[in-house]
Parts: sequence; C-alpha cells; structure tokens
Amino acid sequence: MSGSGGPGGLGELRVLSAGPHALVVELADGEHAEAFHAELLRRRERGELPAVRDIVPAARTVLLDGIADPTPGARGRLARELASWRVEPLRREGGEPVEVPVIYDGPDLDEVAALWGVGADEVAALHSRTAFRVAFCGFAPGFGYLTGLPERLHVPRRTIPRTRVPAGAVALAGPYTGVYPRPSPGGWQLVGRMPDPGILWDPGREPAALLVPGTPVRFVPVEAGKAAALPAPRAGDLQADSRADA
Amino acid sequence: MIPVAGRHLHVVRPGALTTVQDAGRPGHAHLGVGRAGALDAPAARLANRLVGNPPDAAVLETTLTGCAVRPDRPVVAVVGGAGCRVTVDGRPVAWGAPVRVPAGAVLDAGPAGTGLRSYLAFAGGLVPDPVLGSRSADLLSGLGPAPLSAGDELPLGEPASGGPPPSAGPVPWPGAPAELVLPVHPGPRDDWFTEAALRTLLTAAYRVSPHSNRIGLRTEGPPLERSRTEELPSEGMVLGAIQVPPDGCPVVFLNDHPTTGGYPVVGVVPERALAAAAQAVPGTRLRFVGA
Repeated sequence: MSGSGGPGGLGELRVLSAGPHALVVELADGEHAEAFHAELLRRRERGELPAVRDIVPAARTVLLDGIADPTPGARGRLARELASWRVEPLRREGGEPVEVPVIYDGPDLDEVAALWGVGADEVAALHSRTAFRVAFCGFAPGFGYLTGLPERLHVPRRTIPRTRVPAGAVALAGPYTGVYPRPSPGGWQLVGRMPDPGILWDPGREPAALLVPGTPVRFVPVEAGKAAALPAPRAGDLQADSRADA
Repeated sequence: MIPVAGRHLHVVRPGALTTVQDAGRPGHAHLGVGRAGALDAPAARLANRLVGNPPDAAVLETTLTGCAVRPDRPVVAVVGGAGCRVTVDGRPVAWGAPVRVPAGAVLDAGPAGTGLRSYLAFAGGLVPDPVLGSRSADLLSGLGPAPLSAGDELPLGEPASGGPPPSAGPVPWPGAPAELVLPVHPGPRDDWFTEAALRTLLTAAYRVSPHSNRIGLRTEGPPLERSRTEELPSEGMVLGAIQVPPDGCPVVFLNDHPTTGGYPVVGVVPERALAAAAQAVPGTRLRFVGA
C-alpha cells in the first residue's frame, strides 16, 4: 500500500500499512512530516477526516492508528486519499508561542558552545532567538521533540549517556531540543533547566502535556535568582509554582 | 481481624507482579502516553461480567504466581484468566465463577497452573484515582497505580444494584496455548528485511522468551536479517507491532509498548490475537503465520 505524493510540493510520500487498522504516512523529511501532521489536524478539525483514534507524528512519519473501518476497503480508500493530498509548507512564525523560561547553566553548555563555534554566553541568545515547534512527543509522557534550530546548530548526542537527567533539563540532540518532564536516563546535551518543570506534565490538565505536537515554543532566558518573578507560561489554567531555585 | 471499616482491599501477598488494569488509556499516543490495560482483555471483560461490573472496570492482573488480598467488607469476586487454585481463608473455592468473600477473609489466587496471568474482578471494581481516564498501571511510563506491594490498600467501588447476574452455568475460558500461533500483517517496514528473513519469520520455529513482559513478547529463534542497515528515524508504534531490534529476534509489542520507536517493524499481529500471547508462558512454541 503505497502511493506517490500529489503535485503539492510534498515530494516523496509513501503510505504504508501497519496492521489492519493503521497507516504510516512517510514523508521526505521532518519538515514535510510536520506540515502533513498540521494538515491532518486541520482536516480533522473541519470534520473532513474519517474517525481515527490516534494521530501520532514522529521524525518523518505520521501514524494514523485506530482507523474506524465500517465498510470494507475504507482504509484503502483513505490511504489513496492521503497520497493525493496537496499540503501547504509549514509556517514556523505565527501563532502565540508557549514561553518556556530557561536558566542557561547546563553542564554541557561549554561543549555545545564549542560545537557551535561561539562563546558559552552566546548559546542562550542563539537558542532563545529560535522559533521552535513541537514536532512530536515520545520517550516519556509529555516529552516533546522541538524543531527549529538551523542545521549548523545541530549537535550529536553525548557519547556516554547520563544515568540520571533531572526533571526540567533543557537538552539538545540532532535537530531537536527537548525538556525532560521527569528524572530519567538521557543522552542529550544539557544546556539549561526550567525553574518550574512541574508544568510540563499535569494529568489533571487538558491537555496533560504543555508541549503538544504542533505547538509553537520560545525559550526565555532567565537568571537563576530571578526565576520567581516570571509569569507562568501560557497553557490553559496552569498554576505558577514558587520553586524559584529548583 | 478487620483493621478499619471502609471499602478497601488489603494486599496480603502481591505475587511476582500484580497490577491494576482496566481497558487502558487509548487516544493519548501523540503525548507519548501508551495504551496500557489488561493484556488478556477478553479474560478481564469476562471476569467483570461475572461479578456484574461494566466490562471496563478495573481488575487485578497477576503474573505467574498469583496474589492474595483481604477485603474489609463482604465482596463477590471472580478469579479468571490463567487457571489457578483459588481459596478463601484456605478453603478451596471455584475458579472462573463468582465467589463470596466475607469481610476480613483472605482471597488467594494461587500460582498459574495453565497460562500466565490471572484476573481478579470484584463487584464494584477497583477505584484508585484514574489518570487520563484510566486506572491502568503503565509499567513503561509509570502512569497509574504502582504494582501491588504487601500492605497496600486499594479502594473498592460500590457494586451495581441487583448484584451479579444470575449464574448461567460454566462459561468457556480459553486455555493457555500449547503452541502460540500469531497471524502477521506485513509492514510497515517489511522492505527493510531480506527476502530470506521474511521467509524465516513465517516458517521458523520460535519460542516465547523468559524476558517477555507487559511491554513486549520477546522471542527466541533465528534472527531476521535486515536488507537496510541504516538507522530508522523514530516512528509511531502500534499495539501488536513486531519490532526487530539489532539482535534480530522479533519482539511483539504488548499494551505497555513505547509510543514511538527506532527499530523497523516487519509486521503487525492483530489485536484479537494478543490475548493468547499474554497467556503464553516462557518456552511456549511460537509460529508466525501470514494473516
């Protein structure tokens, strides 16, 4: 089950079968996958998509899982339709970003600065100037893979992963920036930390994750002693936390 | 002796691994949240039906060695799924059928004689706080109630008025498979494997590995050779996906599987075939066949 993309500038597009109720749409790269995911959400919003339980974006694919198939062949028809879509290129600017405060004092700051060819004090400026977008989630509940850094600022993972990365650590690997919602092992380069990581994941909130796929994000540099004066990031009704020196 | 009045189950013997499970939390995969839920879903639903619960009420799922609990009020319970000896205060009672457990009595589901996972359903269900609409423990992400420990207390819900449905005689419980046969839908990444590997998958004799868990059914058998060796960028994973890690031995993803993964999926086992996988003890012969 595969088809080539329509004439809408999407380039290579393949629709792959993933069991009786799921399709994987494979795009040429992450940028196209994000655009295709955004289009899926737009069409679902408009009621133009058959009932699908999960739409799961990833590095260069979007998984449609739990496709309700009331009539034989409905999944095949959806596959053919997806392959024919014309999708607008992604617009990175526009939309109010979620602002994530960061204290840029991570243990890998010097290494990242060296890889970028800048001084350690310039990492915060370069990183916080970037318009990020949550491409997808994975690894742990509420862990978002944020894209937006230009290719020259992509960095490799650490050769030896850490056995414990603290909650709120702001980290880089490959094209991605991520923020660990809770302590876990991790191999990404740590450049900073959120003063208030509790807001990343709150099962009592809708949505539970602060960084939902498609969300525009900006990192706002703050100094360690001044984190308490920050307004909370805008995300529904979440509460500011006073753990200023976490 | 009843420590306190209330509506709780006290955990006397947690067994090797006993978790609270319901129908799970589908629909949150885009947030990195997996489905979880009872691995042998038909067994959990049947146990619930026999105590008069809705099919998605929360039950206990044991692993190999059973568990023992003591309710602090009288409750009707059913032990189903994997076959085991069931006692109330040491006295043998029926497996797979409703039994009345007096307040303060110990309901013991013994080690599985056939199969792997027994299900304990209680009239009214277990009602720990739900997370994203489900009371299921997800052992990969840590969401939901922690696995049971001795001394834990689990809140019990109010039974539906009218009580359990009238007994309609013995009900059929599928037994544990002597040989596990899993149908396979090829894809999405069958083209990352050699022709020989695809033939091997559908013809070779595998066994269920003792390293299997709620995340995946691991296998022992001939490794599958890849035709493409580059790294697969992370992509969404479905329940039943047959992921092939670098050692080449297929892993069938069960309910606590990661939502995204970076090893190619050669094929997918349909959900309805996974209940048998949940009851296959380590060492069980396993064949994959074309769906």
